[in-house]
Amino acid sequence: MADAAHIPDEAETRAKWGNFAFSPDTKKKADIYIGRYPAGRQQSAVMALLDLAQRQVGEETKTQGWLPVPVIEYVAQYLGMPYMRAYEVATFYTMYNLAPVGRYHVQVCGTTPCMLRGSDDIMAACKNRGLVKGATTPDGLFTLTEVECMGNCSSAPMVQINDDNYEDLDYDSMTAILGELADGKQPNIGTQLPGRHTVEPYGGPTTLKAMVDKNHDYRGEW
Amino acid sequence: MLQDKDRIFTNLYGYQDFGLKAAQKRGDWDKTAALMKVGQDAIIEEVKASGLRGRGGAGFPTGMKWSFMPKAPTPERPNFLVINADESEPGSCKDREIIRHDPHKLIEGALIAGFAMRARAAYIYIRGEYIFEAKVLEKAVAEAYAAGLLGKNAAKSGYDFDVFVHRGAGAYICGEETAMIESLEGKKGQPRLKPPFPAGAGLYGCPTTVNNVESIAVVPTILRRGAAWFKSFGRENNHGTKLFQISGHVEKPCVVEESMSIPFRELIEKHCGGVRGGWDNLLAVIPGGSSVPLVPAGMMMDVPMDFDGCKEVGSGLGTAAVIVMDKSTDIVRAISRLSYFYKHESCGQCTPCREGTGWMWRVMERMRTGDAAASEIDMLYEVTKQVEGHTICALGDAAAWPIQGLIKHFRPEMERRIAEKHGDNMLEAAE
Repeated sequence: MADAAHIPDEAETRAKWGNFAFSPDTKKKADIYIGRYPAGRQQSAVMALLDLAQRQVGEETKTQGWLPVPVIEYVAQYLGMPYMRAYEVATFYTMYNLAPVGRYHVQVCGTTPCMLRGSDDIMAACKNRGLVKGATTPDGLFTLTEVECMGNCSSAPMVQINDDNYEDLDYDSMTAILGELADGKQPNIGTQLPGRHTVEPYGGPTTLKAMVDKNHDYRGEW
Repeated sequence: MLQDKDRIFTNLYGYQDFGLKAAQKRGDWDKTAALMKVGQDAIIEEVKASGLRGRGGAGFPTGMKWSFMPKAPTPERPNFLVINADESEPGSCKDREIIRHDPHKLIEGALIAGFAMRARAAYIYIRGEYIFEAKVLEKAVAEAYAAGLLGKNAAKSGYDFDVFVHRGAGAYICGEETAMIESLEGKKGQPRLKPPFPAGAGLYGCPTTVNNVESIAVVPTILRRGAAWFKSFGRENNHGTKLFQISGHVEKPCVVEESMSIPFRELIEKHCGGVRGGWDNLLAVIPGGSSVPLVPAGMMMDVPMDFDGCKEVGSGLGTAAVIVMDKSTDIVRAISRLSYFYKHESCGQCTPCREGTGWMWRVMERMRTGDAAASEIDMLYEVTKQVEGHTICALGDAAAWPIQGLIKHFRPEMERRIAEKHGDNMLEAAE
């Protein structure tokens, strides 16, 4: 694939990540995940452990994180499975980064529902800030990726930046979000439309209005 | 219009807390043990009688699916329930709302459904991109354990049952049930050949049922209010209430719970403020998520939004993800973007899909710009027919159908682009 990640030189990554091991905190979480599967089926936890490993790499590099080969080897060994089986998983699922990314991984949804609501403008806002699809900005701050449907279609267009979703975007709000992140601030997550709560019709719900102000119990009306 | 008292997901918009206490005040976990006391077969019969059809897209009767599970599982070969929360179909965004705003409906449903199919545990497979939603779900599951609603003697029912959350990592194909099982086992999510069906040999080779989040989350309410109540909504064979997700060119896109069989126009008028620019501005609708063929405006207006209604106009209800397109839409680009989606998401296992999705996308891009030859429209149609039905799972079909729908309804537009682009050459040739 032409747009596949350029996997960094193995000797270099090995020198840097050869001694990777889970931190005590990660290890604790990893063992909880492994405990969710029957004895002897610990391979089921490989997805969770790769995610944990990527997050730990992210903490150590102050980025979203990625999976150098020695880290995947460590996870495979931790679970007692062949390296290739873990590598296969790491390459199959899109959320594992096989190459380093920036501090913020800007993932713009470009699938049809977002496209209809103006994801082109969101891409334009990214480009005008110097972000290039498939690349990291020279200051290491932003990596831009176009992703497929993220399941926020009724509040489209949207972008996921690291763990946070920003919805109901337009050119200006996207520009503002990138600006805030660059300034080290945390933008408001969720919908960017003033007055919208989540996915109710803009301007207020057409149903379940009693729920807006209090936790209404409808059972009395059954 | 459906009345608020008949809506199942009362905290759909998350105005109130998702936590256990608030959920209990709304009626969740209310005498769950009593609901289970009627026995496994009675629950299955009740769900069958309610007319509930799977909410994940295929619309298979849920109760019947449960009845395929072995009645006497052994400890060495237990039954499993897998809940499909890998919501990735473009247009679909309902499971996300259930999970982040009403997770206890899902967890209680998991216990009841798991009990009915004699399952030892349920795995909720939530898509990796739902990071915040997974956190909420984990919290809700922990609350349920702490309150004795899950685990040994769950909810004092005398039944031992566990619920585990499993996060995906970004693969649309894992929404296919056997791919999901592969993924749960820690492998690449590539669909398995059927048979054996999961009810015979699924997760870890054990009998498994895979159900959509919405199908499971509505079960406790169906049991509380009775099958007849649920069946009172919608047309024959299409019963119940349903979460509709409207996106695209409406004034106010939203997720809303409505009665099945609500006419399309009423759905959009009542909850979405109408089509952007008025009804005359409507071009086409994809009524059930990206995998179903589009329907042109003229045919769509009065369609009852249910499985049979959408089928009658050559499409499908799918997940009830309604993508509305007005006349400003570049319809060829809209479908071409879906072709790109399927190219991106093909797991690469079957040749017709792996090669076909890329080929179809490249030709669709030439259709978009008008660079294709007019004869290639028929060739494209022919190739979609060769992909359709020739793959292990339905992703090949899903990639073929949108293109077939486009050719069926918008062929003149495709030809117009080609003629426009080739216009000069044609004139030259004529001279």
